[in-house]
Amino acid sequence: MTDAAAAPVRRRLAVWQQFRTHRGAVVGMVMILALLTFVLIGPFLWRVDPAFIDPDAAVMIKTRNQPPSLEYPLGTDQLGRDMLARMMAGGRVSLAVGMVAMAISILLGTLVGVLAGYFRRLDGPLMRLTDLFLALPLLPLLLVMVMLFRDTLSGMLGPELGTFLLIVFAIGVTSWMQCARIVRGEVLALKEREFVLAARSIGTPPRRMILRHILPNVLSPIMVAATLGIASAIITESALSFLGLGFPPDFPTWGRLLFDGVDYLQQYPSRVIWPGLAISLTVLSVNYIGDGLRDALDPRIRGR
Amino acid sequence: MFTYIVRRLALAVPTLLLISLVIFLLVDLAPGSPMSQIPLTVPPDVRQKIMEAMGANDPVWARYLLWLRQFFWIEPLYLWDHWFGTSLAEGEQRILSWQSRSPVFDIIGQRIPQTLTVVGTAYLVGVLIALPIGIWSAYRQYSWFDQFGTFISMVGFSVPTFFTGVLLIVVFAVNLQWFPSVYDTTLKVTDWESFWKQVRQMAMPVAVLALFNAAEISRYTRAAMLENLGQDYVRTARAKGMSERVVLLKHVLRNSMIPVVTVIALGLPTVFGGAIITEQVFKVNGIGAALIGAIHASDLPMVQTLTFIFAVLIVVFNLVADVLYGILDPRIRYD
Repeated sequence: MTDAAAAPVRRRLAVWQQFRTHRGAVVGMVMILALLTFVLIGPFLWRVDPAFIDPDAAVMIKTRNQPPSLEYPLGTDQLGRDMLARMMAGGRVSLAVGMVAMAISILLGTLVGVLAGYFRRLDGPLMRLTDLFLALPLLPLLLVMVMLFRDTLSGMLGPELGTFLLIVFAIGVTSWMQCARIVRGEVLALKEREFVLAARSIGTPPRRMILRHILPNVLSPIMVAATLGIASAIITESALSFLGLGFPPDFPTWGRLLFDGVDYLQQYPSRVIWPGLAISLTVLSVNYIGDGLRDALDPRIRGR
Repeated sequence: MFTYIVRRLALAVPTLLLISLVIFLLVDLAPGSPMSQIPLTVPPDVRQKIMEAMGANDPVWARYLLWLRQFFWIEPLYLWDHWFGTSLAEGEQRILSWQSRSPVFDIIGQRIPQTLTVVGTAYLVGVLIALPIGIWSAYRQYSWFDQFGTFISMVGFSVPTFFTGVLLIVVFAVNLQWFPSVYDTTLKVTDWESFWKQVRQMAMPVAVLALFNAAEISRYTRAAMLENLGQDYVRTARAKGMSERVVLLKHVLRNSMIPVVTVIALGLPTVFGGAIITEQVFKVNGIGAALIGAIHASDLPMVQTLTFIFAVLIVVFNLVADVLYGILDPRIRYD
């Protein structure tokens, strides 16, 4: 019994050791942890309201467009709001969009992939559906979806929650196809293995079969797809915000901050550079982690 | 091969029809559609007339069929007339933009040259950069060149184009003042001076898109080269006493090009989509900018047609990639 319990631990250790040898992945991990600390713990240390505009107009005009100083480490924007606090708040939303959109896309992708791989009758229609989605022009469709549904959803759920749900859902619905294809391939291969045959011969129903035998074994490619999915979701959200079809102006995300900064590009380039740098660093780190994870989870590479 | 192409073409038709239906319904049935945006101060009978004039009052299926007929039959006829001076499409109703009341395809025809010059050049430059980098990094795996190249391609792949674009504007247009930050569409190339001007205004958007494409293609090239370099036939070729140059550029490169060519073909339509952002950054007046403008103005026919054109591009280039793969790799048999 102890052996069976120790095996996953040993495997996890081996994965971690392989992961550690990938220099880019480790640096990426440190970067991501630093960024997470910045956006999650930062607001407790830097207690400035990111949306605070001084109600006194004279003071507000004086605090506009400030260069970096002790009081405003990253300066202020055109309404006198503190850029550091806005970067923290924006990062929280951007990362949250990335994670939730990835979760939706992975859930959908895994569901479609497992169903198509496991049930032969569903394979044809589900894969045709996947091909259809792959042939859709995604960025134009996302733009159209946001344009058409934003006002209605904002009216129903409030501008912040409504836009958040819409963007997260739209990105998730348009990015599950790669994951579905990978999972289907893995499931098709797994189905021919002896342990599946053994499980079936003792009368395991399909539901338990999938949950206990198939899913744990397709977890590694799903994890890699999930990591890379966060990166692409963050890029898509900031692209939408950059095109003016993302979050409302008073609700900062990194993409929105960049979009707002473009108007003041000539005078205050730092207002574009900080959010852009944050997006790029996040995506770069996440991609490196995905690379390292792929190598670490591949048993053919591990141990070499 | 021929039957395969025919079968794929036959399969592409229902796919395209379904996609067109999805796009049409999504845009048409959405709650934010412009039918609901006519101001309430407009009297009901006038409102009725506006809707009728826009053709928005007919049932959905009628409008869908009409749009399909316009897209696949009338517009090609107009094109034919335009080229050969015939008058086949006389009096037929074309797809009209709600924004400008002029035919959608005329607007697209005006916009496409800008997109093609910028995006096309960028893709070409990207491929030309990516191939040598990919080949050399694979040949000298783990050398400093490979490490550096892989890092740069990872960066180019991760940094969004709107940030690289803005960064280039800050450095080269604002600080150094080498290039203009806004693309001038009215510029006509007539002599050397205007040609030089055109090159200068294209430099930054092309650089941004080329970097992004080169990053992706060089990764694929490197991976394909690495896979082939480990094959037995490479050892055989070397053992026969062939020069490294011939081994690398004839044997390995040819075999590695098979997946790379398909990736290049598959990437083309996404480039058009991605160019939407770059066009916005540099204010290039192309089809991407037309789409954004139409979206902001709730110009449904324009949005539907443009989105569908993007979809057609994707389906066509998928087909091209598959066929190319079959032609290049004799091991693949489509029967």
